[in-house]
Amino acid sequence: MNINATIIGQAITFAILIWFTMKFVWPPLVAALEERARKIADGLAAAERGKQDLVLAERRSEEALNEAKAKAAEIIALSEKRRSEIIEEARLEAKAEADRVIAQSKAEVEQEVMRAKESLRDRVADLAVAGAEKILRREINAQAHSELLASIRTEL
Amino acid sequence: MSESAGNSTSEYIHHHLTNLQDGHGFWTFNLDTIITSALLGLLVVGLFAWVARKATSGVPGKLQAAVEMIFEMVQAQVRDTFHGDAGAVGPLALTIFLWVFVLNAMDLLPVDLIPMILGAFGVHYWKAVPTTDPNHTFAMSLTVFFLIYFYNIKAKKFGGFMHEVLTAPFGPKMAPFNLLFRLIEDLAKPVSLALRLFGNMYAGEMVFILIALLPFYLQWALGAPWAIFHILIITLQAFIFMILTIIYLSMAHESH
Repeated sequence: MNINATIIGQAITFAILIWFTMKFVWPPLVAALEERARKIADGLAAAERGKQDLVLAERRSEEALNEAKAKAAEIIALSEKRRSEIIEEARLEAKAEADRVIAQSKAEVEQEVMRAKESLRDRVADLAVAGAEKILRREINAQAHSELLASIRTEL
Repeated sequence: MSESAGNSTSEYIHHHLTNLQDGHGFWTFNLDTIITSALLGLLVVGLFAWVARKATSGVPGKLQAAVEMIFEMVQAQVRDTFHGDAGAVGPLALTIFLWVFVLNAMDLLPVDLIPMILGAFGVHYWKAVPTTDPNHTFAMSLTVFFLIYFYNIKAKKFGGFMHEVLTAPFGPKMAPFNLLFRLIEDLAKPVSLALRLFGNMYAGEMVFILIALLPFYLQWALGAPWAIFHILIITLQAFIFMILTIIYLSMAHESH
């Protein structure tokens, strides 16, 4: 065990190595590891945020679904109402149409009756005239009694 | 060389424990210690600097992950022990751990490998493990010793430090005893740091040399278990040197 000047040389080498580590090894490693720790923390925070967002989105979608269901029910109710309205309208329209057709045919029948009556009236007048002619041929001339015959025709 | 016996055995051992030296008296340099430790130190610290420069905060590669594991181990030790602003203690601890570890690891190379290779180039002495050289371990521990005083005075100012030296632990009336205790305590730190590392590594190296004296077909039976056990010693000694340095410096930073 002999101590000699080597000890000085080794102390200098040691000091240089310490200086080198202080300058070139320690700071970049500290920086890299702190940066990574920060990244990991950020990542975890982002994951947490994502989870909260998911919960919120789920709640929102549930709300939207409920709203849509309510709206659909409303639409169905509305259309049912509309359907009965349409049916009622159609029924009324059909009844009106039927009434119109009935009225028209009634009028036609009446007209027909009138026409029949008219022709009957003519025939009756003719018959009466013919009858009267036959009667009066013996006693009277037809011209003298035509006024009387016309008044009879209108009374029929 | 394992065939040599008798007289040559002690020559073999002595040969392996002799440094390659240059100079006279105190101004002798153990060239093997200086060169090996400087090369390995630059290699490992350079590797770390290279990885650190490219270090990404994203997904690390395998090398970066390994560097980060060691770095975080050291950082955790410093943070647990050192209260307040650690400053240069982290880099210091990391340097100690890495340097002592790679220098100790030289122990795992076959004891004859480097001397044989260098012998072929005409270099006849080479102690491959710098931590078996007390010059190296004392150089480190004395540097730590000076840093202890530097931190003491930095944290407490000179007056506060002298006050602590003279009054703790027995109070102002026992000042001479306090001073004496403090001297013993402070001197014990670098001496124990250096001798612990030196003793462990020197003894380990000695056992490797003795194993190398066995017949070649028996060497594995002792060499392999001892080498495997030595992996633990190497790491443990590097860790102990580092952790004690951190503790001493944190003690210097706080008042007694």
